[in-house]
Amino acid sequence: MKVKDAEYSLLFKTIAYVMVTIFTLVCLFPVLLIISGSLTDNETIVRNGFGLIPEKFSLDGYMYVFKYPTAILRAYGVTIFTTVVGTALGMFFITMAGFVLQRKDFKYRNQFAFYIYFTTLFGGGLVPWYIMLTKYMKLMDTYTVLIYPGLMTPFLIILMRSFIKSAIPDELVESAKIDGANDFRIYRSIVLRLSMPGIATVGLFLALQYWNDWFLSSLFINDTRKYQLQFYLYNIINTVQFIRDMAISSGVSIGNPPTEAMRMAMSVVVTGPIVFLYPFVQRYFVKGLTIGAVKG
Amino acid sequence: MRARAMSRRRGFWHEVRKNWVMFLMLLPTLLFFLINSYVPMVGIYFAFTRYNFADGLFGSPFVGFENFRFLWQSGKLIQLTLNTIGYNLAFIVLGHTLAIVCAILLSEIGARFFKKLAQSIMFLPYFVSFVLINVIAYNLLNYDTGFINSLLVRWGMEKLDFYSISWIWVFLIIFFYLWKYLGYYAVIYLAVITGISDEYFEAAKIDGANIFQRIWYITVPMLRPTFIILLLFSLGSIMKGQFELFYQLVGNNGLLFNATDILDTYVYRSIKVTFDIGMATAAGLYQSLFGFVLIMTVNYIIRKVNEDYALF
Repeated sequence: MKVKDAEYSLLFKTIAYVMVTIFTLVCLFPVLLIISGSLTDNETIVRNGFGLIPEKFSLDGYMYVFKYPTAILRAYGVTIFTTVVGTALGMFFITMAGFVLQRKDFKYRNQFAFYIYFTTLFGGGLVPWYIMLTKYMKLMDTYTVLIYPGLMTPFLIILMRSFIKSAIPDELVESAKIDGANDFRIYRSIVLRLSMPGIATVGLFLALQYWNDWFLSSLFINDTRKYQLQFYLYNIINTVQFIRDMAISSGVSIGNPPTEAMRMAMSVVVTGPIVFLYPFVQRYFVKGLTIGAVKG
Repeated sequence: MRARAMSRRRGFWHEVRKNWVMFLMLLPTLLFFLINSYVPMVGIYFAFTRYNFADGLFGSPFVGFENFRFLWQSGKLIQLTLNTIGYNLAFIVLGHTLAIVCAILLSEIGARFFKKLAQSIMFLPYFVSFVLINVIAYNLLNYDTGFINSLLVRWGMEKLDFYSISWIWVFLIIFFYLWKYLGYYAVIYLAVITGISDEYFEAAKIDGANIFQRIWYITVPMLRPTFIILLLFSLGSIMKGQFELFYQLVGNNGLLFNATDILDTYVYRSIKVTFDIGMATAAGLYQSLFGFVLIMTVNYIIRKVNEDYALF
């Protein structure tokens, strides 16, 4: 019996290693293809197609991206601006809401929580929302429209509420109240300090959403100078015309741009920061997901 | 009756005065959802008009249920509904099964470094944008320079024009969904498995259970509550679903719509391409109502079976 179990375990462990290796390679493979494409000579790509290893090494793609860097730097600027402002404001509002909604002495907390939750159950749909923002609020081509729609989601508020509930004992709040602190003071000096991991998780969700957003640009922005980074990349992938315009607007005609290599180089440049930050922020995500999933 | 209403109202304002700081702290959130979610509900009225931009919300001619009738009679509604639900079911079933398998496999790996590395790499796709998925699809599949086509040429085979074969995209869309979300769900399940006390496994070992039996009788049942919670969240959004994934992969490529058009992409195109506001609002309203009824039904059934798992 004992021997048999050991054999089974060994068999299973082998399967586990093999399968996990395969899963990992599948996840990594497309990313490697893009990096390789960005480092390959454009002529070679046009002739032989994309490959896993650069057949003929070249930095032309990157050179072209950075030859006239105004447009891409501008798109970076827009994205960094919306990400920083949106994340900061969102975190501020979400933490306050989470704190209030978990307070047992806040009488209407369940009604307000339902008011927030109901928006996930039913809504007017995309079109009325779009028309309200463009026709009635006149937000076309503004930075506001890139920031305000992403400020909060019911999911993040509920997540924050569970975090604060588990991190801050009611007695602490009560004793602070007895000592004469008002609710905002309690929020500022107790809640913000004791629920840092939760706030970090919520902040990361927000930042990731702003950084990866292309949808709002595509709906509301016609002015190319206000394109977010991802939408800028989207245009480069989808239209050769866009690349030509870019060359013309930089005032130089450059013959045939190395489109294929350049598309891949642009993708690397756009995605790079996320991948660099990834190892540092990953554990906060895992922590947040775990609490969110276990506590419901 | 009136007296009670009065006292309740007084109760509310009394509460506001007493806890005005907390109300103030909640105010931005309340305003946000008011503007972003509740006010647009007024626009549901578009669904019953032949909307034009010049006349606006209340100036456009009222046409009753004509938009719905058109959507229904053209067969559009049924096709969109079937696509939306079909894809979502595939995402849910395959996504969770694979994630659970993946989490169990990961949990059996002893080498710490390898385990951490594999977990990190699998989680990576969750962080990249959907535009990058578009780039990946382009890199792999485009006709002239795509990786797969260049392989086919090298092996002396015919090139495949992926962007005109609609049925292939059913699998491609599901593949890219799994690529993006497998690691995300696996990490959640792995966290639950890590939390299971070793004592259960030790006891089962002493009783002579082999590794497959230990997984089947201990790990899998322990994952059930998490699975049900995640399942309920997914079922709640079964009528929405992965707009960004579909739009970035398929875009406005009409050749693929039969197999790939879902309600969200149809509505989006009506704003960007076809300008069919009345029709799109009708489709959106239908989507919202259908989803609402679906959640209520599922929640009702769950409540009957096991109250602890009900969403509300």
